[in-house]
Amino acid sequence: MTLVKKIWTTPVVTEPQGVIIEDAQIEIIARQIDERARKLFGRSLHIREVDAGSCNGCEIEIVALNNPYYDLERFGLHFVASPRHADCLLVTGPVTRNMADPLRRTYEATPGPKLVVAVGDCARDCGVFAGGYGVFGPVSAVVPVDVVVAGCPPTPPMILSGILAALEKREQRQVEITQQ
Amino acid sequence: MTINEALMLNLLAGMLSSFGAGAIGALLCARWPRAARVVGHTFALLGALLALGLGLAGLAGGTVSVSIAQVLPIGGVALGVDRLSAFFILVIAVAAVPSAIYALGYTREYEGRYSLAGMGAALNLFLASMSLVVMARNALTFLALWEAMSLASYFLVMTERDDRETERAGWLYFVMTHAGFACLLVGFLLLSHATGSMEFAGWQAGAAAVTGTTRNLVFILLAVGFGSKAGVIPLHIWLPQAHPAAPSHVSALMSGVMIKLGIYGLVRVGFDWLSGGPAWWGGALLLVAAISAVLGVLYALVEHDLKRLLAYHSVENIGIILFGVGGGMLFQTYHLPALAGLALIAGLYHTLNHAVFKSLLFMGAGAVLHATHTRNMEEMGGLIKRMPQTAVFFLIGSVAIAALPPFNGFISEWLTFQSLLLSFQIPDKAVNLTFALSVAALALTSGLAAACFIKAFGISFLALPRSEHAESAREVGFSMRAAMALLAVACLVLGVAPFTVLKFLSKTTSELLGATPDMQFTWNRIVTGGSFATVSPLWIAVALAALLASIPITLRVFRANTARRYYETWGCGRAVQTARFEYTATSFANPFKRVFSVLYRPVKELAIEFHPESRFFVRTISYSNEARSIFDDAIYGPLNRMLRSFAQRVRLLQSGNVNVYLLYILVALVVLLVIAR
Amino acid sequence: MTASILIEAIQLLIVALAAPLLVGSVRKLKARLQGRRGASVFQPYRDLRKLLVKEAVISENTSWIFRFTPYLVASVMLLSSLVVPMLTTRTPLGFTGNIIVLMYLLLLATFFLALAGLDAGSAFGGMGSSREMIIAALAEPTVMIAIFAIALRVGSTSLDEIVRRGADDSLLLLNPGHLLAFVAFFIVALAETGRLPVDNPATHLELTMIHEAMILEYSGRHLALIEWAAGMKLFLFLTLLSNLFFPWGVARTLEPLPVAIAFAALALKVGALAAAVAILETSIAKLRLFRVPELLSGSFTLALLAVISFFFVR
Repeated sequence: MTLVKKIWTTPVVTEPQGVIIEDAQIEIIARQIDERARKLFGRSLHIREVDAGSCNGCEIEIVALNNPYYDLERFGLHFVASPRHADCLLVTGPVTRNMADPLRRTYEATPGPKLVVAVGDCARDCGVFAGGYGVFGPVSAVVPVDVVVAGCPPTPPMILSGILAALEKREQRQVEITQQ
Repeated sequence: MTINEALMLNLLAGMLSSFGAGAIGALLCARWPRAARVVGHTFALLGALLALGLGLAGLAGGTVSVSIAQVLPIGGVALGVDRLSAFFILVIAVAAVPSAIYALGYTREYEGRYSLAGMGAALNLFLASMSLVVMARNALTFLALWEAMSLASYFLVMTERDDRETERAGWLYFVMTHAGFACLLVGFLLLSHATGSMEFAGWQAGAAAVTGTTRNLVFILLAVGFGSKAGVIPLHIWLPQAHPAAPSHVSALMSGVMIKLGIYGLVRVGFDWLSGGPAWWGGALLLVAAISAVLGVLYALVEHDLKRLLAYHSVENIGIILFGVGGGMLFQTYHLPALAGLALIAGLYHTLNHAVFKSLLFMGAGAVLHATHTRNMEEMGGLIKRMPQTAVFFLIGSVAIAALPPFNGFISEWLTFQSLLLSFQIPDKAVNLTFALSVAALALTSGLAAACFIKAFGISFLALPRSEHAESAREVGFSMRAAMALLAVACLVLGVAPFTVLKFLSKTTSELLGATPDMQFTWNRIVTGGSFATVSPLWIAVALAALLASIPITLRVFRANTARRYYETWGCGRAVQTARFEYTATSFANPFKRVFSVLYRPVKELAIEFHPESRFFVRTISYSNEARSIFDDAIYGPLNRMLRSFAQRVRLLQSGNVNVYLLYILVALVVLLVIAR
Repeated sequence: MTASILIEAIQLLIVALAAPLLVGSVRKLKARLQGRRGASVFQPYRDLRKLLVKEAVISENTSWIFRFTPYLVASVMLLSSLVVPMLTTRTPLGFTGNIIVLMYLLLLATFFLALAGLDAGSAFGGMGSSREMIIAALAEPTVMIAIFAIALRVGSTSLDEIVRRGADDSLLLLNPGHLLAFVAFFIVALAETGRLPVDNPATHLELTMIHEAMILEYSGRHLALIEWAAGMKLFLFLTLLSNLFFPWGVARTLEPLPVAIAFAALALKVGALAAAVAILETSIAKLRLFRVPELLSGSFTLALLAVISFFFVR
C-alpha cells in the first residue's frame, strides 16, 4: 500500500525544466538524435555496453542514463543483454590484454550495420593507465571506433551526445567530443 | 473384394506360415548369418504385411473362427477375430512392418557376434504369438500363447547376452512376467470355476452370475497380471531395464506393441468378460493411470540413457491410455455408454498412436546407437548435421509423443481430455473430483513430456557433439531410414486424417458396448459431446503450412534484410567455444529434479580434488546427482528381503537326505488321501 | 461468406498490428509509474522496422531448427488469432479447435522455441529452455483445470460457445468459481507470456532470464519475428482473459455495427488488463525461480477450488 501511495505521489522526475543547465542540453541532444537516428535506425538504437578494463567510473555515469532523471529510453535508446540484439557498442576503459580478444569477438557478434562509441579518456588513449603492463591499447586499436567521448568520467549528457555524433558522422571516422 | 471367412482364413494361414517359414528358415540358415538375417526378417515382413491385411479386414467386419481340439487339452486351440482383436492385430502389424524392414539393416552389425538365426526365429515366433494371442478364444489357448510371447521376447532381450546389464535386465523381466502370468493363471481359473466355462464366450455369458468377492478378486488378479505386462507403476520395474537392453527394433516392438497387449487384456476384462463392475474398478484404474503417467514422465526426465528414457515414456503413455480405459469403465458403471465409447476410443486410438511414434522413436534411438555406439545422451549432440534424416524422423516422433498438433499424439490426447471433461455428467461428487484430478494429472504429464522431448532431441541432436563418437557419426543405411520414414508419415497421416481410424474404432466400441460413442466426425472435423468441443486437425495443418509460407513472402515484400552471417555462438567474448560449455541433459533436468525432489529424493555427491600446492586450484571435480527410485526402496527392496529370509527358512526342509524326502512324499500322500476322502 | 472472410482478416490484422502497440503501452505505463517519461507507445514498431533492415548473425553451431523456429512461432500466433473469438461469438474459423487445441498450439510454439534455445550450444540458451519448460509444464495443469471450471459452468469447451453462453449469464461475476478461475488463468497468463513475477521482460542479467535467455542468439529479422510473436501471445492471452471471463460487448452477429462496438469493447478490456499488468509489474519483484512453482501451485489450487465450487454449489 505504501508502495502504491509512493507511486501515486511521485511526479514524473525526468528533466524538470530549467533547473540545471545540462538538462536543457540533453533536450537539444535528444531532438538531434531523433532526427538523425530516424534515417539510420528508425528511432530505435539498442546498445550493448562493453567494459574493456574500465575502473567503473564510466559505468556509473552510463548507469545514470537509465535512471528516471535522464531516462534514456524515451529517445528509443535501450540497453540490451546480447550483442546479437545490439546496434551500438558502448566501450569503456583502456583495453586490457585479456579483454582485447573478447572485445573483438563482441564486435564480430554484432549484426551490421553497427556503431562503436568509445567512452572516457581511457578508451580514447588509455588515460592514466597508458603504458601499463596489462594494457593492450585504446579501443581504436582493437575495433573501428566511430566516436570517442572524452572525460574522466564523461557526464551522462556527454555520452548521449557521443551516441548522437556516432549516428551523424558515420562516413568520417574519429570525431572527438571534449568537455567545453 | 468381399471380406468373407475364406479370405480371413487365407490371410491368417498365410500370416502363420510366413512367420513359421521365417522361424524355421532362420534356424536352417544358422551357419550363414547373412542368409539367416535376410530370410528371417523377410518372412517376418511378409507375415506382418499379411497381419496388416488381416487386421484391416477384421476391422472392416470380417470374422473368422478356428478351433483345433487335438493340440491342447481342455478345449483345444480356439481362435477367433472380432473387431477388438482385429484392431490389436492392426496395432501389431503397424509396428511390425517397419520393424522388420528396419531389422534388415540394423542387425547387419550383429553378424558374427550374436546368433542371427536364433534372433530371426525368436522374432518370428514373437510376432506370431502376439498376433495369435489377441485371437485366442479360450483360457488355455490364451495362456499358452501369452507364455510363448513372453518367452520369445525374453530371448530377444537376451540377444546381447555377454553384457552383465542385459543379463540382469533379462532376469528381472523373466521374474516379473512370470509373476504376472501367475496372477493371470489364478484369475482365469477362478473365473472358469465361477462361470463353469473355459471359453471366453462362456465367461461373457456367465459373468453376471459372478458376484461379490470372487468378482472383485478376479478383477484384481487379472488387472495385476495384465498391468504387469503393460508396465503400469508400480509393476513397471522390468520395463526400463528390459526394453533398452533389447536390439532397437525389438525395443520398438516391445514398447510399441507388446505392452499394449496388457491394455488389450484390461479392455477384455472390463468391457467383455466381466462387462462392468463397481465404480472403484474404474477409479482404481484412473489412479494407476495418473501415477503411471506422471511418475513415468518424471523418471524419464532425469534419465540420460536415450533408450531407457523412451522406455519410461512407455510407462507414461500406458498411463495416458489407461485414462481412457479407466474413464470408460467408470462411465459404464454410471450407465453412460456413449461417453464410455468416447473414452475407450480415446484410449484405443492412443494405443495405435503410441505404437507408431514409440516405434519411430526407438528406431531413431537405435539409429543413433548404431552411429555413435552409445546410449548416453551426455555423449551425443550435433547429430542433426551428421544424421539429418534420422534427426527429422526423431523430431517428428518427439513432437508426436509430446502430443502437439498436427501429429497423431495430439488427437488421441485431445480425445482423452474431452472424455475426462465430459465426466461432469456423472452425478457423484467424489467421482467428479477424481476426474478433475485426472485432468490435472494428464495436463501435467503432457507439459512434462514436452519438456522431456526437448531434452531428448535437443541434447542428442542439436548444438555441438559432446564426444568423438558423436563427432564421427554417419547417417544410417537405407532400410533403417525407410522404416523410420514410413512411421513418420504414419504419425502425420494419423494426426491430420483421424477419421480413417475413428471410423473403425467407433464400430469396435459400439460392438463392445452396444451403444454408439458420443462423437461425430467427418473427413476434416471431430465433434464430441454435441457442441462441447470441435477440432479440425487437417485445417490446422493446412493453415499452419500456409501461414509458414506467407511470412517469408511478406518479409520480402517489406524488403527485409535477408543477409545471413555465420559467427561463433555468443559466449560473452570467451576465447574457446567447446561442447563442454553446452547445457547438459543433467543440467536441463535439474530444475525438475529440484521441484519434484520429494519424488526423486536425489543423492548429491560433490568430490573436488585440489591441487597439492594450493587449495585454490582445482584438479578434478566430479558431481553426481542421482535420482533414486522410491519403488525400489519402498516396495521391491523389502519384498526382496522378505523373500530371501523366507527362502532361508524353507531351506531347513531341504536337507539333501533322500530318506527325508521320501518321508515328505509319504506325508503329502497321507494328507491328500485324508482331504480327498 | 464475405463477412466471414472480412471478420477473420480483421482479427488477423488486429493481432498482427496491435501487438506491438500493446507492448509499447505496457512499457509506457510502467515508465510513468516509475516516474519516467519512457519511450513512445509506438517504439516497438520502430524496433521491429529497424531489426528488419539489419543482417542476421547466426551461430555456426545451429541447424535449420534455429532458423525455422521464428517463422513457426509467428505462424502459430497468427493461426491462434484466427481461432480466438475476438469480436463475435461466431468466429468463422472457430471450428478449427476448442480452447484445448489453442493451448496445445501455443505449447507447440514454446516447444520449438526451447529447441532453438538449445541449438546454439550456449549455456544461456539451455538454461532458458530448461526454465521455460518447467514453467510451461507446471502451468499446464492450471490451464486445464481452469478450462474445466469454465466448461462446467457453460457446458462447452468451444471458444465461441463459452463466450456466447457466458454473455447470456447475467449473474456471471457473482459466481465465485468464475472469479477463482479468472485469477488462476490470469496468473498462468503472466507465466506463459513471461511477465513479472515469473520472468522479467526487461532484465539484462543472463542468470535471471527465462524467455530472454532462449532468444539471446537471435538477431535481425529472426529476432523481429520472435519479438512480434511474443507481443501477439500477450495480446492473445489478454483477449482470452477479457472475452472468456468478461464477454461484454462481443457481437452476436457479423453486422458492421455490433462488430464495431465489439472492437471498442475489446480495446477497452484489453487496455484495462494491460494497465493491470503494468501496475502489477511495478509493484512486485520477480520471484526466485524455485519459488515460481509455489505461485503456480497456488494458482492451481484456485482453479481446483473453482471446479469444486461448481460441484458443491450446483
